[in-house]
Amino acid sequence: MDRVPITVTVNGRTYTAAVEPRLLLVHFIRDVLNLTGTHNGCDTTSCGACTVIWNGRPVKSCTVFAVQADGTEILTVEGLEHDGQLHPVQEGFWEEHGLQCGYCTPGMMMTAVALLAENPAPTEEEIRAAISGNLCRCTGYVNIVKAIQYAACKMRESATAGVGGA
Amino acid sequence: MTATGVRGIGVPVKRKEDPRFIRGKGTYVDDVKLPSMLSMDIVRSPYAHARIKRIDVSKARAMPGVIDVITGEELAKANLAWMPTLMGDRQMVLPTDRVVYYAQEVAAVIATDHYIAADAVLAVEVEYEPLPPVLDPFEALKPDAPLVRPDRDQKTNHIWHWEAGDKEKTDRIFQEAEVVVAQDLYIPRIHVASIETCGCVANYDPATDKLTIWMTSQAPHAHRTVFSLVTGIPEHKIRVISPDIGGGFGGKVPVYPGYVIATYATLKHKKPIKWVEDRSENSQADSFARDYHIQAELAANRDGKIRALRVKVLADHGAFDAAANPSRFPAGLFSVCTGSYDMEAAHVEVDGVYTTKPPGGVAHRCSFRVTEAVHTIERMVDVLADELGMDPAEIRFKNFIQPHQFPYKSPTGWEYDSGNYPAALQRALDMIGYRELRREQAERRARGELMGIGISTFTEIVGAGPSHTFDILGIKMFDSAEIRVHPTGAVIVRIGVQTQRQGHETTFAQIVAEELGIPVEYITVEHGDTDTAPYGLGTYASRSTPTAGSATAVAARKIREKARLIAAHLLEVSPDDLEWKDYAFRVKGAPDRYKTMQEIAFAAYTSFPLGLEPGLEAECYYDPPNLTFPFGAYVCVVDIDRGTGQVKIREFLAVDDCGTIINPMIVEGQIHGGLTMGMAPALFEEIVYDENGTVLTGTFMDYLLPTAVETPHWKTAKMVTPSPHHPLGAKGVGESPTIGAPPAIVNAVVDALSHLGVRHIDIPITPAKLYRILQEKGVAE
Repeated sequence: MDRVPITVTVNGRTYTAAVEPRLLLVHFIRDVLNLTGTHNGCDTTSCGACTVIWNGRPVKSCTVFAVQADGTEILTVEGLEHDGQLHPVQEGFWEEHGLQCGYCTPGMMMTAVALLAENPAPTEEEIRAAISGNLCRCTGYVNIVKAIQYAACKMRESATAGVGGA
Repeated sequence: MTATGVRGIGVPVKRKEDPRFIRGKGTYVDDVKLPSMLSMDIVRSPYAHARIKRIDVSKARAMPGVIDVITGEELAKANLAWMPTLMGDRQMVLPTDRVVYYAQEVAAVIATDHYIAADAVLAVEVEYEPLPPVLDPFEALKPDAPLVRPDRDQKTNHIWHWEAGDKEKTDRIFQEAEVVVAQDLYIPRIHVASIETCGCVANYDPATDKLTIWMTSQAPHAHRTVFSLVTGIPEHKIRVISPDIGGGFGGKVPVYPGYVIATYATLKHKKPIKWVEDRSENSQADSFARDYHIQAELAANRDGKIRALRVKVLADHGAFDAAANPSRFPAGLFSVCTGSYDMEAAHVEVDGVYTTKPPGGVAHRCSFRVTEAVHTIERMVDVLADELGMDPAEIRFKNFIQPHQFPYKSPTGWEYDSGNYPAALQRALDMIGYRELRREQAERRARGELMGIGISTFTEIVGAGPSHTFDILGIKMFDSAEIRVHPTGAVIVRIGVQTQRQGHETTFAQIVAEELGIPVEYITVEHGDTDTAPYGLGTYASRSTPTAGSATAVAARKIREKARLIAAHLLEVSPDDLEWKDYAFRVKGAPDRYKTMQEIAFAAYTSFPLGLEPGLEAECYYDPPNLTFPFGAYVCVVDIDRGTGQVKIREFLAVDDCGTIINPMIVEGQIHGGLTMGMAPALFEEIVYDENGTVLTGTFMDYLLPTAVETPHWKTAKMVTPSPHHPLGAKGVGESPTIGAPPAIVNAVVDALSHLGVRHIDIPITPAKLYRILQEKGVAE
């Protein structure tokens, strides 16, 4: 099959590659870019382990072709930390024991990041609805909800501090 | 390093393993990439039972990028078409003439890329002659049933018969008893469905003549031994690495054909081979759990005192007996089914049966069939309460083994180590406001609403060994730890068990921190690499803390005893004049004269006493004297929607007692996860087959895992009744909630409908199933 050239910006860095047209975005991220933090869990858009943020929206990268991502921006788990500073969502998952085996965690965190960008103060019910497309087999979700609440709180605090400082 | 910074046992230390996972820097099997690595994909059977007439691999072989197509015929020449199971049965790696379950491995394609391998799988032509499937274990035992395993000498589908308890005494009590209740229960076939599927990277390096296999393995040492025995490769030339594992729950205990084929392929092609299942392969063909058809009876006095339990089970094992139970316990620890109740006698019979379904019978976050045992007794106690018109809490208080009866010898031969069942149930009832709930239920019932309250007061049995009773394929079930204290007082701990992220890297460090007074951040825990870790039997059945946790504590104490000699030398006193207090060796009567473990460690390499062996390290192979018996009291409150048949868990309270708690945060997390995994088969999950034996639940679109929306906000409470024989008093916790939750939920649903004459409902209680019952009882809306 003829390969198709694509240019994709992932975590702020621009990559160019020639890919097989049917290559899934999750495989492009994992196998071509070697960013293995994005996991593959089910192939049917059910489990959300492969969730990345694509042009600001959380998507399951197992159900997107790499060629569809041409000219777009993607954020993966590897792009959350800045200058050695964990993202509040990462911090929340660690503080609140929001992970066990860690396999669903990157996808779960990306969904959480997208939720908090849209809704900085979600209720428990809103958090549960937002992550209902991400399956976790270890934690029973209670601590994931707490982790996202922790991050929401922290992000609101720093937003307020930022306003005060200005 | 101060004493307050030790953060040993009982402290909610944040997990040491998390920084890599939250950064996406874990290394799971699929993340392992080696130069020149090839991909393997598997051709699977579209029939549950068929004769293979012909396999034509020519088109697949001719495809660009395809390196090889491996069939059973080729493996047979290497004597690898069959492999032993962990139950002493044998299992096909690849078939030579017939298939015995849907999605069974038929051939394997090796290609330069996994897309090409997947294309080539479709190009392998297999001609089958379908044979009648054998799907019902009762039918399987009839004389005219098709034979699943003609390779065996025994020409029936019966595998084994196993019994426990006193048949004669039990039958006598049943004859004379004032009340007898009987109930059939089916605990359906379910799947662990870890979010990471199974797979491996097998790499034979001719330069070193060494075979390295990164494998989704919960028991890397046992797997290395099996691989050595099967292939004839000397064991020191095989290295099994179990890297980060994306959930195990028992599903990564068995040896799957894919591991063996990939190993054969790397030996043949001398290149690394990666095989990672997709979700459907995992759901359709990997080890199942449960599938127990149970007939249970209780004999009791009219006042509610239970006298005896009689249970008969047909266990559907699929086409090969490939569970991972101890060799003397083909039905696992099912005979713990007398539960938390004191009774005069019990008799349990289990028969294993072959059917044309995938092999398995693994734990699924359950200690060797204890889920089945607890479901049986916890349902039966409610059935008896219903018969006698008693409250389910009252009948439990009447029958509990009392605290003074421990150690308690059960009628099927177990010695329960410790417990306080009445206190646990009382605590749960008080916390949830049981009387008030009963009042509310009566009011709602009067209004036609369906609300139920369910109780489960379970006893779990974990921590196998002891070795005199427990082994897997003859390998005794001990476990191990090795500790090295470096000159600066930093420590490496290597353990024989392996973690699927239950938090061993943190909790085992806390054990050593507590025992040696070294801050937890200076302690690294390693596991899962057979070249470096001491031999152990792996992590499943909640055995890590009872076995390797003990080994870690004992090894640390050996180090402390040697450290005492060095401290005495440094302080110029007799070893007997020292006491270990506040994480240091202190001179008795002069506690300000002391040496910390860091000071002692440095001296162990720089100024040790003459005649003493230098260094500061120890190991322990721990053979537990008994199992441990965690327990709990769970209360579940449900509301049933009469319009849809949907069960809503309004409240769920879990009071757990797992003995001494090493890290309360991790214990809490284990309980949340276990409760969710217990709720899943109670309400949603079941592997369903059609009449041809085709799996209808092969994806997450039809095999329903609970999401955050269905999962309630679990409430928990803890009690601590230490194990008297465990060095730390710890018992193990991971699986208790999965065992305790299902009957609490079912008892709640049945309780909501008991006034309508409903006494039992088999799991999963799906809306469709429940709505039909509501219709039958005339209460559907």
